[in-house]
Formats: sequence, structure tokens, C-alpha cells
Amino acid sequence: MKELNIENLRIAVDGQEIVRGLTLRVPRGEVHALMGPNGSGKSTLAKVLAGHPDYHVTAGKVLMDGENLLELEPDERARRGLFMAFQYPSEIPGVTIANFLRAAMQSRLPEGEELEATDYYAKLYEKIELLGMDRSFTSRAVNEGFSGGEKKRTEILQLAMLEPKYAVLDETDSGLDIDALKTVAHGVNSLRGPDLGILLITHYQRLLNYIIPDHVHVMVAGRIVRSGRKELALELEERGYDWARDGAIEPAFR
Amino acid sequence: MKTETSAVNIDRSKGDFFYPEAHVRDAGAGLSERTVRYISDVKEDPDWVREFRLRGLKTFLEKPLPTHWASKDLEAIDFDKIRYYLSPGTEAKRSWDEVPDDIKRTFERLGIPEQERKFLAGVEAQFDSEAVYSNIKKAVGEQGVIFVGSTEGLKNYPEIFRKWFGKVIPIADNKFSALNSAVFSGGSFIYVPPGVKVKHPLQAYFRINAENFGQFERTLIIADEGSEVTYMEGCTAPKFNTPTLHSAVVELVALKGAKIQYITVQNWASNVFNLVTKRGLAQENAEVKWIDCNIGSRLTMKYPSVIMKGRKARGEVLSIALANDGQHQDTGAKMIHAADETTSNIISKSISIGKGRATYRGLVHVPKHLKHCKNNTECDALLINATSRTDTYPAITVRGTGNAVQHEASVSQVSAEQIFYMQQRGLSEAQAMSLSVNGFVNDLVRQFPMEYSVELKRLIELEMEGSVG
Repeated sequence: MKELNIENLRIAVDGQEIVRGLTLRVPRGEVHALMGPNGSGKSTLAKVLAGHPDYHVTAGKVLMDGENLLELEPDERARRGLFMAFQYPSEIPGVTIANFLRAAMQSRLPEGEELEATDYYAKLYEKIELLGMDRSFTSRAVNEGFSGGEKKRTEILQLAMLEPKYAVLDETDSGLDIDALKTVAHGVNSLRGPDLGILLITHYQRLLNYIIPDHVHVMVAGRIVRSGRKELALELEERGYDWARDGAIEPAFR
Repeated sequence: MKTETSAVNIDRSKGDFFYPEAHVRDAGAGLSERTVRYISDVKEDPDWVREFRLRGLKTFLEKPLPTHWASKDLEAIDFDKIRYYLSPGTEAKRSWDEVPDDIKRTFERLGIPEQERKFLAGVEAQFDSEAVYSNIKKAVGEQGVIFVGSTEGLKNYPEIFRKWFGKVIPIADNKFSALNSAVFSGGSFIYVPPGVKVKHPLQAYFRINAENFGQFERTLIIADEGSEVTYMEGCTAPKFNTPTLHSAVVELVALKGAKIQYITVQNWASNVFNLVTKRGLAQENAEVKWIDCNIGSRLTMKYPSVIMKGRKARGEVLSIALANDGQHQDTGAKMIHAADETTSNIISKSISIGKGRATYRGLVHVPKHLKHCKNNTECDALLINATSRTDTYPAITVRGTGNAVQHEASVSQVSAEQIFYMQQRGLSEAQAMSLSVNGFVNDLVRQFPMEYSVELKRLIELEMEGSVG
């Protein structure tokens, strides 16, 4: 089963249920957009998929290519092919992008095997060009003093370098001007292919003009209320989230 | 966290071993005039040194422990149980082949002969109280550079030795400099003739092998006019059940236009009290630079100092301290400006892990009559856990109008979000911590000589590996 399979997932934070029985399948090779208003539980879902320790899964399961994701540590999930582009990426003072990515790639190699430096830099510079960035950028400390656009591009650079099986992009469009949005979209589009499944989490339809999804899901109050093809995003843009909620197949709670 | 003990064991495994004692000379436990006279007899001290030692003893006994400002943990040192002098009763050898087997094996396990071949101009290896090996590359010796143990120095080169010995750090400077003055043994005496630039570092390696022991080496380095020298010291000890005391005195003299760089990577076992006095004197246009890294020990108290006595003299301290569970790194720097146009620079970075505690004490002194003096102090602390502790005590007295001082301090913490972010990229928690710490010290480590920055990064990695459960 080459898919990210989320089944009836329930997530609580500080005793309050945020995700209330969410089911979603992202097969490799497809892009699924997950849309929803603020507070619908989108980012909570992303964090749980990545294994953030503050969130508590109360029911349901998540399988990645048939393997139980929830019992793995965050770093094991990453090494097995799950990537998350953060909405608010952390700064790592004093650690350059080049060194950070090198350490990340090294962590995927079997013990005793060294990453080949020449190949590594060749790949790094290739991806840097793809994202319209300058080489010198890789010697800056990770996210330290970066603009919003630079942070998001750095997330996509890491996605390009680490070549995961599944990528969760959490509000990658937030805080970007139109040029930065286009560059990021171009980067993501160039990574699309049969080996990568993408879950694109966004509040706005705007990003979906540039990254055309195969499927669109609408999440309201902790569960998916509508699913459809890419046209659903446009319809949602026109009619708003209230429409999506009111027409839900099952009742959704505010 | 499971790991206090594994942190220590993993990190110091390289040094955590010992061979049975085979000492011929043993001053016994406890400190009295008899102990001091015994050491003088064994070493065949000249009269002036005998007197010097006895004055040291008297001062040591008179002075109280500095617990009114320093850690009360000092009270855990039982001066009556310590053995103050232990030696195999032979002179330092010029060839490793002549060094007794167990001792030779010790230093081979620590990689000293290998480093000597690779990149050093000379090596001295001290085992408990005395140097067992001391050698300088022929070409360096032929330039007139002297590199011997302190006993040999005071005997064979009295005219240079006596002129400076105890002058930069007087006996009564503090309780522990007095103690060292009473029972000092081992350490290096270095003299670099005018204009000679020693290309490769000279290294001393200090090894404690015996339990209930105190090591009191005494180092004096004199760089004559326009000369340059780099000295590196390393140290290890096995982890015994009882505390060990290491109390050194290091005096540096940089004459007109000379440069001395002194590098320490302190990795004592976590039950060693490391109470060291280090000070350099910089004459006109001379430079004294201390690079001081403290990774090991139970309690370190050490504040490398520079007295800038000549016009345009420069002083620098670059220091890194890492305090893990059960450790207190009480370190810092002192910059005493005593001439016009002198400049000093202090960059201190400390990392506290678990219940570790790092303290920075800095003194910058510029008197009123001086002109155009400059000091820059940067002092950054990184806290790894909520239980970690850091304190900063800067004391800056700058008088006069034409002097400039700049002081910056910061405390930062490795956040859970930062670690999660790095884990999401595939790094284990320990790797993530280690990379954060490396990032924190990176800009400073870049200024260290290659061999030492590599060693330091390795030590930090090992320390972090053990400290995350």
C-alpha cells in the first residue's frame, strides 16, 4: 500500500479534542489539498503526523506504506520518508543550511557510511538554482534573520534535498508575496512525481492556482466535511466555509 | 533521563583507566612542613626554592578558602587525605622507548606519541607529579628554544628562570597559588629566544593516575623580544571514588613584540577539583592569548588573565565551558590595562546541561591615567534544560575619558520546538542537541587551531550523546 493512510484519527490538546475522527488517504504520486478555516485542526493534524510531543492521539491510526507511523519517534518518521514543511520553522543559530542538511542526509545513511561531500554539494547547488536562490545562501545559519519568503524557500529546499515519500506542507503560502509564492510553487511542482505524495495544507485557495491539486478536502471543526476534485477549491472560495459546513454529509461541530 | 553516569562514562572513556601505582617517591598523605621539605629533598631544590616553598605553605595555611564568593563545594576537599607528591623516581626521558611500560602504554592509549609525530614541535608528558617524557624536535632546539620541566628549568637555567618565576603570580595571589608554590612539581619551562617563531605548537599532557592525589604543576613561559610560540595542554584522569585535586600555576611573559598563545582543553574526570591560576604579562606591543576550553572536572575555578604593561600590548581570552550534571564551571577572564593604547578582547561561551552550572566572572580594569585603551567583552550562555544554570558576574572598572569598553551578554535556551524541527529532518534528539551546541560555539571554535577544534567538537558530541535519554 503506497499511501499515507489516516483512519478515524482523534487528537486532543490539553484535554480538548481538536481533531474528531478524521479519515484521509494520500497515495504516492498525488497532491491532496486540505483546506479549512482557522482553528479547524489542520495544523494540529500536521504536527501529529510529524510526531510533535505536545499532541495526544486518543483514537485512530496513521499508516505510512502500511507501517504504523504513530509508534515511531519523530526522527524515525523523517528517516523513513515523512517530511513536514513547517508553518513557523525554527531558527538554528550558528548552524549553516549546508551543514544542517548534510547532517540530515548523513542521518539517513547506514552506520559507518559517510556522505560523499562532492556529490552532496553538487546536489545542493542544483536544488538551490531550482528555487532561484543564491549559493551563498547555504552558508547562512538556518532561518536566522530570514524573511518569511526565505524561510519558506528554505523549507522547500530541504524537501528537495531529502526526497521524502510523503510531504506535509503546512500553510506554506502564509506570509508570502506573489513572487515568493510563485517560486515556492514552482519548486513544489518540479518535485511532483510518482514517488511523492503531498498533503498541502492551506487556508486560502490562492496557492492552488499555482499548485494544482489532484484532490481537495475541506476540514471544519476537526473532520473532513467535503472532498472533491480541484474545482471544489474554487467553489469553496466563492461560497465560503459556512457553505461547506452546512452541506456536510455528517454534522460537524463548531 | 537515564544518563548522568553514561554521559560521563562515554565521554571520558578514553581517559578512564589506570595502571597499578609504581611510585618510588611518595610524600604520604597530608600537608606539613615535612611534606614540603620531603619534596625539596627529592628534587634537590636550591635554597631559594626551599624558602619559596615554605613561604607558600605558610601563606596557604593562613588564607581562608574563598567560600565567601566561591562555591561551598571547596569544603569537600580534604587537604589531609591528599598525597602531594608521587613519582617513579626517574628523570624525564627523551625517548618513548625509555619510558616505563605502563606509563608508556597510558600515553599511547591517549594518542600522545602519535600527535607528536603528526603536528607538534615538542612534547612533555607528566604522570602524577613528574614529567616522564620530554622532547623537542631537533630543529626547534637548535634555534635555542628551551622546553623542559620546571625542576630542570630552575636548575639548568637559573638566570632566566629566577628572574620571572613567581613574579607574574605572586605566592599570596590566592590560597591555591600559595598551595602550588609550596608543593609545585612538573609543568613546563619554556624560553624562546629573540625573533624565533616556533612554527608548530609545543604540547604538555598532564595525566593523573593515582587516587587521593594532588597534581600541582607549575609552568613558566618566556617569549623574548619579537618571538612567537603556541603551547597546548591536555589532561585526563581516571574516575576514582574520591576527589582528586589539580591546582596549577601558569605564568606567561611576552617581552616586547612577542606573541604567546596558550591553549587548554581541560577534560578532567568529573570528580577532579580544578583550581588553577593563569596569568600573562604583555610588554610593549606584545600579545598574550588564552584559548581555554573546560569540558571536564567537578569544579573548575579558573580566570586566565593578562596584564598589559607595555604600550600597545594586547590581551585576549577565548573560552568555552561545558557544564554537565554534577559539574560547576566557574570560569572567566581578567584584563588589567596598565599602559596606553592597550587592547583586550574576551569572548566567553558557556553551555549548561542537565543540572550543570556555568559561572562567568570577568574583570576589566582600566585606570584613570591611561589613554586610548579598548576592551571588548562578549559573554554568551546556552541553557539546554530547565534545570541548567548560568550566572554572570562582570566587574568592569574603566576610568578616564579616552578609553572605550563594550560589553555584551546573552542567555539563550535550546527550545523544544528547535529540537523537534531538527528531529523532523531525521536527526536524533542527541544529534539535534549536539548540532545546536556546535552552532552556538561555532564562530568561536573557528578561531582555534584545526587540531583542537576537531577534538573539541568531538568531545562536545560525546558529551551530548550521553546527556540525552
